[in-house]
Amino acid sequence: MTLHRTAPAWLALAAATIMGAQTALAAQTSITVGMQLEPPNLDPTGGAAAAIDEVVYANVFEGLTRYRADGSVAPALAKSWTISDDGLVYSFTLHSGVKFHDGSAMDAEDVKFSLDRARAEDSTNAQKRLFTGIASVDVVDPMTVKITLSNPDGGFITNLAWGDAVIVAPESIDAAKTAPVGTGPFTVSRWVQGDRVELARNPDYWGDAVALEKATFKFISDPTAAFAAMMAGDIDAFPGYPAPETLPQFDADPRFRVMVGSTEGETILSTNNKAEHLSDIRIRQAIAHAIDRQAIIDGAMFGFGTPIGTHFAPHNPDYVDLTGGSMHDPDRARALLKEAGAENITLSLKLPPPSYARRGGEIIAAQLREVGIGTEIENLEWAQWLEQVFRGKDFDLTIVSHTEPMDIGIYANPDYYFQYDSADFQGLINDLKLASDPAERKSLLQAAQRRIADDYVNGYLFQLARTGVANAKINGLWENAPTQANDLTGVSWSD
Amino acid sequence: MLSYILSRLVALLASLAVASVVIFVMIEMVPGDPAAFMLGLNAAPDTVAALRAELGLGGSPVERYLRWVTGMVQGDFGISYTYQVPVAELVAARLMVSLPLAVMALLLSTLIALPVGLYAASRRGRAGDWSVMGITQLGIAIPNFWFAMILVVIFAIQLRWFSAGGFPGWDAGVLACLKALILPAVALALPQASILARVMRSAVLEVLDQDYIRTARAKGLSHRRTLTDHAFRNALIPVLTIIGLQFSFLIAGAIIIENVFFLPGLGRLVFQGITQRDLIVVESVVMLLVFAVILVNFMVDIAYGIADPRLRRQ
Amino acid sequence: MRQVTSAFVKMPTSLIVGIMLTSLFLVAALVSFLWTPHAVESLNIAARLQPPSGDHLLGTDHFGRDMLSMLMVGARTSIAVAIVAVGIGMGLGVPLGLLAAAHRGGWLDDLVMRGNDLVFAFPSLVIAILITAVFGPSAFNAILAIGIFNMPVFARVTRGSALAVWTQDFILAARVSGKGAARISVEHILPNIANVLIVQGTIQFSLGILAEAGLSYVGLGAQPPLPSWGRMLADSQTMISFAPHLAVLPGLAIIATVLGLNLTGDGLRDLLDPRLRRQR
Repeated sequence: MTLHRTAPAWLALAAATIMGAQTALAAQTSITVGMQLEPPNLDPTGGAAAAIDEVVYANVFEGLTRYRADGSVAPALAKSWTISDDGLVYSFTLHSGVKFHDGSAMDAEDVKFSLDRARAEDSTNAQKRLFTGIASVDVVDPMTVKITLSNPDGGFITNLAWGDAVIVAPESIDAAKTAPVGTGPFTVSRWVQGDRVELARNPDYWGDAVALEKATFKFISDPTAAFAAMMAGDIDAFPGYPAPETLPQFDADPRFRVMVGSTEGETILSTNNKAEHLSDIRIRQAIAHAIDRQAIIDGAMFGFGTPIGTHFAPHNPDYVDLTGGSMHDPDRARALLKEAGAENITLSLKLPPPSYARRGGEIIAAQLREVGIGTEIENLEWAQWLEQVFRGKDFDLTIVSHTEPMDIGIYANPDYYFQYDSADFQGLINDLKLASDPAERKSLLQAAQRRIADDYVNGYLFQLARTGVANAKINGLWENAPTQANDLTGVSWSD
Repeated sequence: MLSYILSRLVALLASLAVASVVIFVMIEMVPGDPAAFMLGLNAAPDTVAALRAELGLGGSPVERYLRWVTGMVQGDFGISYTYQVPVAELVAARLMVSLPLAVMALLLSTLIALPVGLYAASRRGRAGDWSVMGITQLGIAIPNFWFAMILVVIFAIQLRWFSAGGFPGWDAGVLACLKALILPAVALALPQASILARVMRSAVLEVLDQDYIRTARAKGLSHRRTLTDHAFRNALIPVLTIIGLQFSFLIAGAIIIENVFFLPGLGRLVFQGITQRDLIVVESVVMLLVFAVILVNFMVDIAYGIADPRLRRQ
Repeated sequence: MRQVTSAFVKMPTSLIVGIMLTSLFLVAALVSFLWTPHAVESLNIAARLQPPSGDHLLGTDHFGRDMLSMLMVGARTSIAVAIVAVGIGMGLGVPLGLLAAAHRGGWLDDLVMRGNDLVFAFPSLVIAILITAVFGPSAFNAILAIGIFNMPVFARVTRGSALAVWTQDFILAARVSGKGAARISVEHILPNIANVLIVQGTIQFSLGILAEAGLSYVGLGAQPPLPSWGRMLADSQTMISFAPHLAVLPGLAIIATVLGLNLTGDGLRDLLDPRLRRQR
């Protein structure tokens, strides 16, 4: 600001002339949203990248049901549904008059096509497991679809709200990767690869009209660049803002509003339960006691994040706070290591790119050093991480945030990369799949949370916070991230 | 002259052939499966296999090499794994950013460096020389990404004269685009100009020390005419070398600056290609870059031949 | 002997300043092997982002580590990487350049120069990134990547300047007196292009420091917990508005070191170049 006043007047004038056009264009019906990662393609049914859903979910594509901002599931393309008494048959009634962006009508055939395609043998849907319970999809009439499950599944309606379960049309799906055609309130008008995706309002939208005429998703991976772009006003909102350390600055600036919400991301020190030292529960427990969660949350996330003691989101009503079982207690850790005869071990710590992992990794390495565990840090790109850690299981420790909602079931898979193999836990998850009584589900879920905490499967660090920054005049952005999305349907400018 | 050009042309083709093999082998060595990367954490193995087949990742290395090279010769650079669009399309779009940026930076640096270097040489040992040399020392010493960060803090965050980065696209108007490229071009040009000015100065001094210049001066040729007629022209050989080096550096070497200013340029395309294991993009772009540099070198060679006929004497 | 003494008497200012700056960082790097004010491995989140104080002369970083200690150990990383990389480049590039110039127009010249052009034609940063994608990021791979690309620069500049010397009359005289190409290269060409090589060596050395900084800035140099200036800068630049010393100090360290090396190189050139001295 001081600089501005001391700047030569003619320079400011010249700059104003150049910028004039842009300033005038800052209308109230367009928005530029920053995202850290660019989607590799725009087909949510053919890729896993969270960035795909963050662009197209609810904006371009819609499913039978959808997530709302508070995490609840609401009807979308399905107006209503009935469930048979045995919990196996779902009959969905579709909204009439729904059109795809290419003008063709959305009907039961499209629903059948979408779901059959997702669960097919050669499907490249990244969340195929959502659809494995489906036995058949039948078209009753153009506006009614009947889905039959092979087993009752209390979570089926929620499954259909995922971005991977959106309804697509057979005529346009082949081009969906670059030219997606959905039923949503926005159409993709342009994708400048490596830079931005532009959306335009769909004038023929079947539902409530949206306030925005134009929306641009701009991809800025570098946290510093994100900070600068926000500060300079190039970006109107950055819902998944990557530099939490700068949030106090935005908070103090009346131009901006800071949003801190929750995500489904359990950030954990993933531990290879079959690795040389780590198959010993005492050593895993020692690591758990060596870790000071608050120091990690403060140091890596600048205070944003909730400590967790198990693999479960604290904002979920079924969550149990188990942090007490793995309190920061270096003496206890040293004693356990001594007992296990592992006083001078060195473990590999492989870190993927996000700053929670890189910063958190340095802090954890220092904390482990305190109790006599050496670490060899290796910073990996995601591709290397997937290859070495996730698929190759060639690691001792790694830090990663598991962002899928309700994903405690991964512990029932003994081949999952942390290689936890407990018949006890697998039994719990099996029971859970068959249970539909809410009270029973709750007690099973809590037992599952306790089981993995008591087994010290992984180091449970914190629930990732969703930190966002937006222009103070923007309303209707999601504060929380119940699913990976930037739903712009309710967004508007106040003035 | 013609045989000189022809021999250079043969060398050019041989270099391209060797380069393509080197690049292919290097890319083959990169670990990580594009299909696995694209499908993420919870993908089932059969899903990954299905995608691998879809992407055309099968076949022996030799087959894939031949497919790649024959495709390129016909102007087909393959389809990006991640984006599912032709690589050529991606490259063309990115060049619309990288090329103007490189040209702008090079123009800035050359326009500053040549007169400054000549001036410093003409004032050898005097205050003008000293201050120019001091400033260029500083210019070389400043890391361009650090300088870029300072530029952003001052001109984008504090003064808000410029965007912190990004590129509006040429359809938004030439002026808007040039404006978006100013800060990055300045950040790129500063060290380049400093280096070039120093090279210019020492090259001119070199020439001024030659006996024929002393003779010309002794015969009464003015200082100014010595500089413009003789020193400048003869100093162009090392200066051209450096400019050639700098241009190729600017085309691909702007990766860091493109990241700082989130410009959708060629450097960032390759960088993203590597991290996302979009190896077909990396392979083809590196090949194109190598081709461009070899071409520039070829032209610098020809320029040598023109500037100094003695060099093409066999 | 007398000549050497007189040279020292006339030591140029730039050399004095350069040597002082350079040795400041050399000494800091060497001392860091034995002692640093605080251990760079120890984190203290509670004491993070402190301004300079008696205990922490240059303050602490976002993990509460002592900045002075970090900078000292960082100097070690930067200097070591750059020295080795320039050594590789010069050791391979200069002989190749001389060889090519001596056989100018011949197949050897062609082979060396085309080979050189080829190495040089590869975009260095992209290849550095590829190298780390294959072998993993480390200080060693950074040296390798920087060193490889120093080589063609030296070869090209050596040949370019050597060619101009080869066309001069005193070389013709040397040839007439029966000296071989190799001997002429070493005895006459090399001394005559030394100043150009020193200028280039200086540039490459500073570029080496800068390249290391750049590589570690994008996370491809030395890995944590070993500090490196580039990574210190990258880790802290989002904090520039409330803890500017974190990003400014490593930047200044890079600038000062590069400046020191360049001034030293300049001074050395003035000292070594017989023609420049003759004119004083």
